[in-house]
Amino acid sequence: MSEQGAAEFEGLPSSAPAEEICLQVDNLSLAYGDVQALKNIRLDIAKRSVTAFIGPSGCGKSSLLRCFNRLNDLIDDAKLDGEIRLGGKSIHAPDVEVSELRRCIGMVFQQPNPFPKSIAENVAYGLKLHGALPQSEIDDRIEEALRRVALWDEVRDRLGESAFELSSGQQQRLVIARAIAVEPEVLLLDEPASALDPISTLRIEELIHQLKDRYTLIIVTHNIQQAARVSDYTAFLYLGELIEFGVTQAMFTNPQDQRTEDYIAGRYG
Amino acid sequence: MTDQVEVAEGKAAGWSDWWRSGKPLVWLNALAVALSISAVAGLLALLAVRGLAHFWPAEVLAFEYLDQGVKTRVVGELIRRESPSSDGLEAASEQWLVKTGNRRVNPPDFRWYARDGIANLRTPADLVVVERREWGRAYGRLRALYEGDARVASGERVWAEIEARREQLQSLRAAAADVQSKGVDAIDHALEQLRIERRKRAFDALPPSLELVFRERELKERSAEYEQQLREIHAALNRDRLHLDTMNGERIELPLGDLIRIWRPNQMSWSEKLGHYFVGVRLFLTEGPREANTEGGVFPAIFGTSLMVLLMSVLVTPFGVLAALYLHEYARQGLLVRIVRIAVSNLAGVPSIVYGVFGLGFFVYFIGGSIDELFYAHARPAPTFGTPGLIWASFTLALLTAPVVILATEEGLARIPRSIREGSLALGATKAETLLRVIVPMASPAILTGVILAVARAAGAAAPLMLVGVVKFAPTLPIDGHFPYIHLERQFMHLGFHIYDLGFQSQNVEAARPLVFATALLLVMVILLLNSSAILLRSRLERRYRSSYQD
Ligand SMILES: Nc1ncnc2c1ncn2[C@@H]1O[C@H](COP(=O)(O)OP(=O)(O)O)[C@@H](O)[C@H]1O
Ligand SMILES: [Mg+2]
Repeated sequence: MSEQGAAEFEGLPSSAPAEEICLQVDNLSLAYGDVQALKNIRLDIAKRSVTAFIGPSGCGKSSLLRCFNRLNDLIDDAKLDGEIRLGGKSIHAPDVEVSELRRCIGMVFQQPNPFPKSIAENVAYGLKLHGALPQSEIDDRIEEALRRVALWDEVRDRLGESAFELSSGQQQRLVIARAIAVEPEVLLLDEPASALDPISTLRIEELIHQLKDRYTLIIVTHNIQQAARVSDYTAFLYLGELIEFGVTQAMFTNPQDQRTEDYIAGRYG
Repeated sequence: MTDQVEVAEGKAAGWSDWWRSGKPLVWLNALAVALSISAVAGLLALLAVRGLAHFWPAEVLAFEYLDQGVKTRVVGELIRRESPSSDGLEAASEQWLVKTGNRRVNPPDFRWYARDGIANLRTPADLVVVERREWGRAYGRLRALYEGDARVASGERVWAEIEARREQLQSLRAAAADVQSKGVDAIDHALEQLRIERRKRAFDALPPSLELVFRERELKERSAEYEQQLREIHAALNRDRLHLDTMNGERIELPLGDLIRIWRPNQMSWSEKLGHYFVGVRLFLTEGPREANTEGGVFPAIFGTSLMVLLMSVLVTPFGVLAALYLHEYARQGLLVRIVRIAVSNLAGVPSIVYGVFGLGFFVYFIGGSIDELFYAHARPAPTFGTPGLIWASFTLALLTAPVVILATEEGLARIPRSIREGSLALGATKAETLLRVIVPMASPAILTGVILAVARAAGAAAPLMLVGVVKFAPTLPIDGHFPYIHLERQFMHLGFHIYDLGFQSQNVEAARPLVFATALLLVMVILLLNSSAILLRSRLERRYRSSYQD
């Protein structure tokens, strides 16, 4: 209902016509003190798809992403209006455990941020937080997560080594493994490849393709080609507003808004 | 060609260019570093030379001294020479300070002699030096050895007889120490417990217990037995007596039980001297002090200092870390926290004696007094915890060093990248889990830096300790074999205070002076040891928690 509302209201093409909706952003506004970072955002994220947020630096991409797992709660003067629903249920409802929410919605950051622990302990970190699993189960899950990010063969012999021994591309795949080890529904990726070399970037992009089978992915990028390569849907934000949102293919070939067209053409730098 | 032109130009530009090149700054930096290194090295060298030389078996001089027509014979060790002052009042000659020992028969044991009056200076090979339990060193010639009333050897043969008795003496002394600690002390302790129990009963208005009376009687009987054993051992120890002739013909009689070491420095080889030296250092490190601290060792002070510093670290680390965690992680950053932080920094600058006064008023009288009132009411008015002691000294120093730990920890927390915290939170960890599993381990090197600074400050603080538990001489160590083994309420000795006591309070300044240096060196060593173990631990933690963002 609300996605139709959003589409009508913004006059945008319907966001996810045929697919199941995972996340709904309903009239979301965010202010850091006096700075209005997001204004009346409405958009729906389809399940098991890749949605890209693009836009010039400072337009609010990260802010929006961090609303999904309520990471903005940490910022004292952040003020939120509107609602986000996960599977139809508001993530701000009083009975929602933030830690439970964050287990369902994993996140990967721009800088690889492994913990100063061994490779295995990094992957097991989230698992050990949520209830006691037998060690054999944990070992299996570590292997599975590392296999899914195609890191297993590279690290199987040195699981006990410090995660800092890995290259930054490997570290980034490690933190993705860490995020998916707890079996989230959604994975948020905030410019996951912008600190990496081209080859590592390619591997991350391949990985995103594969992960789409199981998870709903939202990726922030300011690399337009990357958005075109990896995403099914793209949202273009500009100065805190959602300018255009739709199927990536359509948006890149036929942008509806002048600003979108300018940005895609590289005119905002 | 062009090179030469450039050089010429460089010269012409002169001073301002040289200044702008930054070279003067580099030189100044290097100078500052060199100065501080040489200051530290000089300090250590001075302490080492003045302190460690004391243990070397110096030659014993014998000479005749003519003073205003009176001729005396002198034997002793040359401690130092002083050149005549050049004010030319009297054309004085060089002055020699000689340790003549034999304080009992011929005090004082340090005397000044004018070099001009000294004649016939020799180093006779048969002179012996005796270190004994009382009265400082004795210098003289071996005369005779008596077993009871029977003379068993005389002259040079005495030496061999003493050698022959060495092992027996040692085993007798060990036996005496054994009886003392396992017998007499243990019974004293048990009797004290009984007395407390009796007082408790009286305090609770219970009738006197017959059982206690019997136990006391039994203990007293056993005590008498041990006393008897001790008397026998001492009699055996003192059966043999050594007679020495001093230079002036007096006789020194010395029970062998009082003899600690005897040596003939003038006929010792280098290796013998070296062996003697190391035994001296060992005794200094492992024995308790004698004769108002001017003789003997400093073991109780080493023990007290280390224990106090360890206890202080155990107290201050969790306290400082918790406070820093609250300030940095939980408290809402604002004016109030800023003020608190400034206050904490300022606390680090409060003179340590002020902490001592606070510790006495708060910890000793208030907390200790309250503990006594609540748990040791039967022992009052004699205080148990309401009196200066190790625990209160540790608490006071923990308070004194808390700002250092808090500030260092906060700095470490601030250095942890935000993405690490968010990474943990984003995995569903709560704030507390994030702190415990990631943040505190990552801050641990910084925490240890704080502890290292705290240890250095605490081990060096002597002034506040005088108020809260350090004493010149403590008859017992804070740890012994009697339940509950660690007696935190006891007073203790401390190297810093020991230095003060030796240097300023001692009656026998000359005897104490080398010990001042040796003890100061030791204090530096203890601090270095404590610090370097913490630094070692820190570098291991740093390797472990080295974050890729920090390089
Ligand atoms: N913690 C914060 N406090 C105040 N302002 C912030 C904070 N984080 C982001 N902002 C502001 O919000 C706006 C959007 O930032 P961000 O979401 O990081 O943009 P993007 O990720 O698109 O580059 C920017 O103007 C930024 O300055
Ligand atoms: Mg961003």
